Amino acid sequence: MSKNSAPIKGRAFVLGKNIDTDQIIPAAHLVYSLEDPEERKLYGKYALSGVPSAESGLPEGNIPLTKDGETESQFKIIVASDNFGCGSSREHAPACLEIAGIEAIVSPTYARIFYRNSVDGGFLIPFESFEDLSKEVKTGDELEIDQVNHTLKNVTQDKLYNIKPLGSVADIVHAGGIFEYARQNGMVPAK
Amino acid sequence: MGMTLTEKILAKHSGRDRVSPGDNVWVDVDVLMTHDVCGPPAIGIFHKQFGENAKVWDKNKLVIIPDHYIFTNDKYANRNVDVLRAFAAEQDLPYFYDVGTDSYKGVCHVALPEEGFTRPGEVLFGTDSHTCTAGAFGQFATGIGNTDAAFIMGTGKLWVKVPETMRFVFEGTSLPPYLMAKDIILQIIGDIGVDGATYRTMEFAGEGIKALTMEDRMTLTNMAIEAGGKNGVVEPDEVTEAYVKARTDHPYEKVYSDPDAKYHSIHHYNLEDMVPMVAKPHSPDNKATVEEVEGGYLDRAYIGSCTGGKLSDFRAAAEIIRGNKVKLDTYIVPATTEIARALETETIFGTPLIDIFREAGCKIGNASCAACLGGPSDTFGRLNNEEVCISSTNRNYPGRMGSKQSQVYLASPYTVAASAVTGVITDPRVFIQETVI
Repeated sequence: MSKNSAPIKGRAFVLGKNIDTDQIIPAAHLVYSLEDPEERKLYGKYALSGVPSAESGLPEGNIPLTKDGETESQFKIIVASDNFGCGSSREHAPACLEIAGIEAIVSPTYARIFYRNSVDGGFLIPFESFEDLSKEVKTGDELEIDQVNHTLKNVTQDKLYNIKPLGSVADIVHAGGIFEYARQNGMVPAK
Repeated sequence: MGMTLTEKILAKHSGRDRVSPGDNVWVDVDVLMTHDVCGPPAIGIFHKQFGENAKVWDKNKLVIIPDHYIFTNDKYANRNVDVLRAFAAEQDLPYFYDVGTDSYKGVCHVALPEEGFTRPGEVLFGTDSHTCTAGAFGQFATGIGNTDAAFIMGTGKLWVKVPETMRFVFEGTSLPPYLMAKDIILQIIGDIGVDGATYRTMEFAGEGIKALTMEDRMTLTNMAIEAGGKNGVVEPDEVTEAYVKARTDHPYEKVYSDPDAKYHSIHHYNLEDMVPMVAKPHSPDNKATVEEVEGGYLDRAYIGSCTGGKLSDFRAAAEIIRGNKVKLDTYIVPATTEIARALETETIFGTPLIDIFREAGCKIGNASCAACLGGPSDTFGRLNNEEVCISSTNRNYPGRMGSKQSQVYLASPYTVAASAVTGVITDPRVFIQETVI
């Protein structure tokens, strides 16, 4: 995850509402090691594989996040409708998206545990938008998130949107996760 | 201004006189629970962050309950149980309920109360979203991820944003004979939506809640997460005390909401007005009365999980199934080994529940999470194709119980059992009224 405030640039992958953790990473795949450098790539391969094909990569659909046989995606930023990440507490959900190459998500609202896991584990940045941009952005559009001015630019469509500042979790996000934050504040001894 | 039960617990555990919604506080943890899916990655992070020789903060407060992928030939899943076993030995953990031993329990959220870890006034975190079940005992209990669990393993602390509380007040002196707690929570989730309680506490209160058994209360708090809730709570009373004291002599301090506590919102229901409910595919808030979908096509019935695999759930199902043959493939999966044993000893008119299910043609599985969340392809009861299933479990998003081509209706054990007997979606009142007559 970006540990500084540099802009995040990349192609958009668009999803609908209530994308739950079983769609993000189906339960059958929760068995792989997140530590083994080769085995963990399987999470990239199966990220978002539980989303019904017609809803995957909107508005057209039938676009997988990760191409067949690959473990890393061509997309960098997920744009989703409300309640992204609802369902289970599995941290494999934000982890698999990071492994697939996702750096940020933009959604009006998140499920609580997914949001927290994304931040505390330092996997990716969950930005909150003021409006539901999943109806405006198209999968494949080039996006730029400006973390200083809190904007999302759709370069392809030449549109600019405001997004919300990170608020109380900003310190943890910019530290890179809860452990880094706790070390900076003397709560956990330096390694 | 007073405080809610949840605010009081978080204030006490963060060393403050009071907290308010929105405050970020660091709380001391009384119990951390993990299982075979999230335990291994949490252990990996713990060692990476605190060192290969690090010890957990308090071995008496860490509870490890393998339950998800137990009866499978999946080599990765079995390896994950091995990781837990090695960690329990390395840390000399007294509360590890190992697979293949007499101590094996099954589903963690039912095992925790059975083993005395759900105590009023305490703070429990677990690496599973349904950890909120324990709020039925007046405990602050919520699900977390692997990183947060690893942080607790090393420090005994975690940061929490104090939630606002939504209060759900129930009138009525008892559940109508055809109604189960599952119907109540499906109604609420249908009313407020799958994000209707996001970041908030769901507090269940009123005379109607006092009339519920501990297992009924657990069904309510269990599904708080399905409305996005951070936790669900019920104030402790004599029902709570009787259960907890039978399971542990660990001291605890009961906590209650103040009469002048401030709530986000207050919602009123009357038990006597409520009817059997389902959540249609593919979302827990896609509500309908059973009457509205009666006669709907089904391939399978499933009774099990932390939500609908408790002894009272099977007793309810057996009341309807007794003396009938099921017309659907019907799967019975007790949440824990204690419940599995009780199916042999609990009887209806002298017949053990297990015999009622067997004689009806049900398939009986071993205590575990089994097909509630799909799992490896050889999981008992998993939906591997385009099956339509009616289930006493908790979630029905696409692919939850296996194939994303399958469809799941969530319902009470009464409704699942009635549907199993007739072969189509069926209102349990047909059977319950017959029984009464």
